[in-house]
Order: sequence, then C-alpha cells, then structure tokens
Amino acid sequence: MKEITCKLLVIGAGPGGYVCAIRAGQLGVDTVIVEMAKPGGTCLNIGCIPSKAIIHAADDFAKTVAMAAGRNAMGIKADNPAIDLAKTMAWKDGITGRLTMGVSSLLKKAGVKIVVGRAKFRDGKTVAVETETGEQVIRAENIVIATGSAPVELPMLPFGGKVISSTGALSLTEVPERLAVVGAGYIGLELGLAFAKLGSKVTIVEALDRILPLYDTQLTQPVARRLAALGVEVLLGTKVKGPSSNGEALLAETGSGEERRIAADRILVTVGRKPVTEGWGREELELDMDGRFLRIDEQCRTSMRGIYAIGDVTGEPMLAHRAMAQGEMVAEIISGKRRSWDKRAIPAVCFTDPEIVSVGMSPDEAKAAGREIKIGQFPFSANGRAMTLSAEEGFVRVVARADNHLVLGIQGVGAGISELSAAFGIAVEMGARLEDIAGTIHAHPTQSEAFAESALKALGHALHV
Amino acid sequence: MAEKLIKLPDVGEGVAEAELVEWHVNVGDLVREDMVLAAVMTGKATVEIPSPVEGEVTWRHGEVGDVIATGTVILKIRIAGEGSDGEEPQAESGDRGEEPRVKPAVLPVAALEQALEKKVESLKPKAEMAAPSPVAKAPPHAGAPRAEGEKPLAPPAVRLRAKEAGIDLRQVAGTGPAGRITHEDLDAFLNSQGGGGAVAAGLQPNKAVQEVKVVGLRRRIAEKMALSKSRIPHITYVEEIDMTALEELRTRMNGTQKPGRPKLTILPFLMRAMVKALGEQPGINALYDDEAGIVRQYGGVHIGIAAQTPSGLVVPVVKHAEARDIFDCAREVARLSDAAKNGTALREELSGSTITISSLGAMGGIVSTPVINHPEVAIIGVNKLAVRPHWDGTQFVPRKMMNLSSSFDHRVVDGWDAATFVQRLKALMETPALIFVEE
Repeated sequence: MKEITCKLLVIGAGPGGYVCAIRAGQLGVDTVIVEMAKPGGTCLNIGCIPSKAIIHAADDFAKTVAMAAGRNAMGIKADNPAIDLAKTMAWKDGITGRLTMGVSSLLKKAGVKIVVGRAKFRDGKTVAVETETGEQVIRAENIVIATGSAPVELPMLPFGGKVISSTGALSLTEVPERLAVVGAGYIGLELGLAFAKLGSKVTIVEALDRILPLYDTQLTQPVARRLAALGVEVLLGTKVKGPSSNGEALLAETGSGEERRIAADRILVTVGRKPVTEGWGREELELDMDGRFLRIDEQCRTSMRGIYAIGDVTGEPMLAHRAMAQGEMVAEIISGKRRSWDKRAIPAVCFTDPEIVSVGMSPDEAKAAGREIKIGQFPFSANGRAMTLSAEEGFVRVVARADNHLVLGIQGVGAGISELSAAFGIAVEMGARLEDIAGTIHAHPTQSEAFAESALKALGHALHV
Repeated sequence: MAEKLIKLPDVGEGVAEAELVEWHVNVGDLVREDMVLAAVMTGKATVEIPSPVEGEVTWRHGEVGDVIATGTVILKIRIAGEGSDGEEPQAESGDRGEEPRVKPAVLPVAALEQALEKKVESLKPKAEMAAPSPVAKAPPHAGAPRAEGEKPLAPPAVRLRAKEAGIDLRQVAGTGPAGRITHEDLDAFLNSQGGGGAVAAGLQPNKAVQEVKVVGLRRRIAEKMALSKSRIPHITYVEEIDMTALEELRTRMNGTQKPGRPKLTILPFLMRAMVKALGEQPGINALYDDEAGIVRQYGGVHIGIAAQTPSGLVVPVVKHAEARDIFDCAREVARLSDAAKNGTALREELSGSTITISSLGAMGGIVSTPVINHPEVAIIGVNKLAVRPHWDGTQFVPRKMMNLSSSFDHRVVDGWDAATFVQRLKALMETPALIFVEE
C-alpha cells in the first residue's frame, strides 16, 4: 500500500483525538486520524453517552414504578410498569450510532483522512496501521497519541462470564436479578444506582471506608441516602476475595474480618480506569512516563520532539472534556499558534442520583492551600423550582477568598445540577467575585437561583434562608 | 453654595457656533480665576475660555470635536458664594479637623493650595512622602499583590490575547475586581511595551490600534481637501526650470545685503514672476463660485503660502503682491510664516488668497500633485532644486534645475492656458531680468 505522508497524525478518535483532528483540519493542517474501532472512543460508544442513556431510562422507569406503588405525591397513577431492556439498549445504540456517524462526517467536513485499523509506531515519525486491506504506513511531521484508557481488571475477578466491566453492563439485554458492584467510584455508583432502579438487587463493595472518595462527605451524603432508599447495600472497607467456587456469589471480607458471600448473577467491576500505554508500539519510542501515564508538558508535548499526547493516557482527571480542550490546543499549536494549558478549572460531574458537580477548589483544598475562605451554601429545600420538581435534596456551595471574595470553587449536589456546571465553570474561569455572582440576575423560578443565593450567603445576606 | 454657569461665549466674527477642541479641566478639578477651562475654534481662530471664578468643576458638557452653539452652558463651577449655608466643598473633607476649617466667602488661593496638597498627601503612604509628584490616584480595587507562584487572574479571552501577543500575564498588573487583569490592563501593558522594554524574545507583532479623533484644524484641513478634490477636476502640469541664472542673481543680491533688507529665498522671485504672468492671464488669478456660475478675476494678486505648523497645514496670505517689491514680498512671507507657526496669525491673514504656492523646500521632491485651495483655480507647487546634467547642444553642462508642478481647475482653465502660464513663468525665471523689466 502506498505510504501516506501528512503534517499531523492523530492516533485514536476519542473525544480528544477527533476534536484535535477537526480543529487541525479547520486550520488547514493536512491531518490523518487512525481509529481501530468506531470514532467517538470510549465516551461515545461505551462510556459517557450510553451510560447517561441507561441512567435516564432507569430514572423514568423508577418513577413509574413508584407511581404504580402509589408513592407519587403528584397523584399520578400507573399500572404494571415493565421495561424491555433489549429495547432500551437498542434506543441507546441508536443514539451512539448517530453520534459516531456525526463525528465521522465532521472529520470528513474538516478534510481529515480517516484510516481504520490498529496503529503501531515504527519510530518517532512513522506509524504502521493494520487495516482490513493490509498494512498502511503513515509518515507524519507531528503525531498525537490519544489512545485513551480502559477499565482496570482485578486479578481475582478477570472479565468474562459473569464478571463484566462497564462496557458489559451497558450492553446487558436483561436486568440481572442480583448485581454485585465492586468499587464505589462514580462509574460503579452511576451504574449501580441505575440497575437498582431497573429492579436489580444491588450490593456495592468498596475497599475504602467511603463512597466517591474524590468528593467530600457533604456532597456524597445525599447520594448515600438515595442508595439506602433504593435498598442498595453498600459494604465499605470490604475487600473482594473472588467468585465463589460454584460461581454464584462474590466472596468478600469486611473490615472486621467477617467473610461475606454476596449472591450475584452479575459482578460489575468498576475499580478505575488505566491509561492505554501498551499495544501501540511505545517500546519503539523514548517516552518519559509520569507514573502509569505519559509525561506531558503544558503544551501536551511528550519527551520526544513532534510527539504530543492528550486525554486519559496523560493523566487525571480522566475526563472527555479535558481531552477535548487538550486536543483543540494541540491542533492550534501545530498550526503555528501560541497556546499553552491555562485552564483554571476542569468541571467534574457525577451522574449519580442526585448529581454532583465540582468546579475548582473544595473548602478542604482551599484550606490546605493556606487560604482564608468564606463559604456560602444554599439548600434546594429553599428553592421553589426544586420543590416543583420534587427534587429538594442537595445544595449549591461556593468557596471564595475571604479577602477579595474571588471565587475559588463551586460545588453542588442535586437533581439535574450537571447543567449548572456551565455557570460554575464560567464564574471560575472569568475570575468572578462573590459580588459578580450575587449581582447577576438569575432567572426565577430555576434551580440556578441557588447559585446566586449561595454567593449572597457567603456575603452574609442570603434572601431566602 | 452657589453655582456659576459657564456658557460658550460669543467669540466674535458673528458666528453662532464653535468647535470644542480641548478641555483643560475635568469634573472635580479645583480652578482659579483666569485659569483656562477649555479651547474652542471658530473659522481659523482658536479661543481659550478662562474661568471667571474660583471653585470646583461639578459638571461638564460636550466632548472634544463637538460643535456647540454660542450661549450653551458648557461647565458648572461650585463656588463659595454669599449666603452660603455652611456646607463645605468636597475637596476639604480630607481635612479631618486637624486645623480650623477655612470658611471664607471666597476661598483664598493659599487655602485652595493647602486643600489640594492635603488631597494628594492622603493618597500616599507615609514612607513615600518624599516623592513630590502629585500623581494620579491609586488604581481602584488594586487588591493585594499576587503571592509568589500564584497564577495571574484573567478571563480566558484576555489570556488568549496575551498568549498571541507573547505577553506573560504575570508581568501585567490587574486593576479589575480581586486584581483581575482586564482587556484594558493588557492594552495599557502593550502600549507601554511599545516604548522600548522588550520582554519576549524575537520579533513581536504589534496589534495596537490608536484612535485619533480628527478635530480642530485637522478636521478643517480634511474637509477642505475633500471639498477641493471632489469639486475640482484637477489638471497638473510639470515643467522644469533652469534656475542657474536666478540662483546667481539671488546669491549676488543676498551678498550685497543692506541693513533692514531680508534674505531672499526663491519664493519672492517666484511671486514676482507670478504677478507678471498673471497680469497677462487674469483668468488664473481668480475664484470660481461654481454654484453661482461666476469666475471672479481679481486685479490684486493675493498669494497664499502653504505652511506647515505643529498642528497642521495653514495658508497665510501675502496680500497685494502686485504692490510689493521683491524685498517686501520676502519680508511678508517671513513674517506670516512665523506668525502661523506661533499660532498668532490673525484670521484676516489666513484668508483671502486668490492663488496659492505650495513649497516644501529641500523636501520638495521631483514632482507633486498639489491640491487646489478651493475656490481658487490654480496652485503652484515648487519642487526641489538640484544640479542636473543638461545638454546644451554640444555637451552636458551642470545646471541648477528645478521643477514646478502646478494644478489648475480644468473646468475654467484649459490645458493650453495652463501650459502658457507655466511657460511664461519658466521664461521669466530662466531670464530673471525679465521679472524686473517694466514692459
């Protein structure tokens, strides 16, 4: 096959890679992108998007079940609700299909050449791709590694059979009667909650002594309450031993040394994700590592000239929007623009029930950084719109410097609060002060009023509490 | 407290409006009697408006460039008037009662100065008291200086602009809330960088844009030029003139100086030659009123001399050049150009020309396309004089050559007439005796 030469080669068409390629194409950079599966990566195909579809379906189903059980304050009645999970999955696949098609056409529109196959470095300027029709050699001036991450496997619970990863959970066509979830991070909780709502008896096993260790307990408490209300058993400080000999249960040891046998039809392992640093010829290169990740600088350059890396393969937080921002920046750098990473905050969202958002510094982080701070917290129980949504759980909390009221961080927990992440992000990036937020008219009646009220609270004159 | 209203005075000449060209005071300023408050421009004269009272400026109307009707109130000044109710002017509040408060009917100048100094002192930290300059106020919300290692606070758009300009934002002071770096802070930094201090290595694109308001004289020049070029179809005719004989004569005349006689430049020779040539072609010494459809041919030759001044181009006029000998012409040119440069030229001295000379001396170039001084019909442009080889029929000889680039209003001056006029000037200047011969 004839060799391809280009100015930019992107390896991996996940959110980081495809954004990088589109932006480069827009800027007139001669760009090729290689993807071994479907464009869109984990995010579009087996991550963010499909999980949100299932979470939404589970929510709706759980509400209908509650209605049928007569637990609906609004007076809505329903009879014999049922869910056809195979149909749900087909609906979900329709969404991901549309999105991956969309990515392909965007890439084409930007003039990016797409090569399907597994890429492997030969040297710092040359990559060989195993395509269906043979080996395609690509020589590039610049190469962006955007290989992403994959679920971490536990040695005693290798994936296969009953033991599934998030990918497997998102393609189940029947609701498992009993689901054991290993790991109480955000993926485990999002999926655990969804399957609990779909009717599974869910047990969550976590080795640490708390759920969602990245968030403070104030933020995670509403989630813990919801888990309890849904009848999800959460075993904290509990270590997984492996499957039982007959394979019908998960064996675990609690913190007190007690042996637990958790009957399970499926065992979902969500103990984190690891960067994909093997299988693409890293051994042919001389790339410095940063722990298990590729080391990059503030321009996403690796230790080799002309080789960049973006996204999950470069470190925490492993989030699609971080990868996208990196991809965009790298494309602009390669096109000759002056850019470097200068973001103040990367919002983090948990699509649990209720949702959690965190942007910038938490109170603990601010204090640890030696800051004198002011905190303002406003509960949704005092927010009219939240009441009309039957979603009074949760709050918005703003953290600001005590001296000049500069907003350092904003967190919140509550139904649908993920959409407030935009307002929180803008406030932090723009360098807003409490007065800026308090002085912005927030539409009534919306949950966003809680944001303005939290700022007022920090200033000492909240109006509605 | 009484308030004095300052109206735009009738600055003479019977004009009903004037253009505001400069403010000398801002709201909040303390002014003394006779201090200049503002400058306005009518026709070609600039008039300064003095303050009739002492007090504090509380209100100001109009921006530089605005045309304001005579009699409009442009300033309000608060004065300590009779029957004052005892309220103190704002400026004194910094007093803190350390000294007995000054409460005379009219603030004496000394008290006013004291108040001014107090105001300045209170803004300065004690340690810097030695620094005498009464500088501008400290920026509002300057905030605490950034701690070491702390990222500069700036919105994403400012960060992007800084990056593209190669600016490290850590070097930029932020004046926004919480020390936020605003677009204006970045502009100020970029402008200050233009002065020299190179920060980033290599060549930097300079994306600064400075807006300069076209006001006052500059606006008048712009309007005049646009009028001339849009109304008058110019024909420009260039001819070279052998100045060797004239230069010999001029050197001789300047060499035998008599006291009281001015030094002669080429201009007075040209002026006298023009007087002579115009006597034969009165159609060129004329004003064309194209709306009335009348060409007014003048008996008197009033020659405008385009002159560069610090604020722009002005055209002082040598009146009745036909009645002046060459020395008188030279004397008048020198006097008028000094007056124009000093800004002391009278309105009458800056108007009334019937034909104009444009001369840039050594900067005159080879050819120019002078713009006619509307509503005149001709302008004579003088180019640079230089020694050039000239073929005399048998050999090249060095001659002092100079070009005249002259424009005519082609609506009323035919090419033939223009050429005849310039050829006549050429003949006169190449044989300068002819200029002085009474025919």
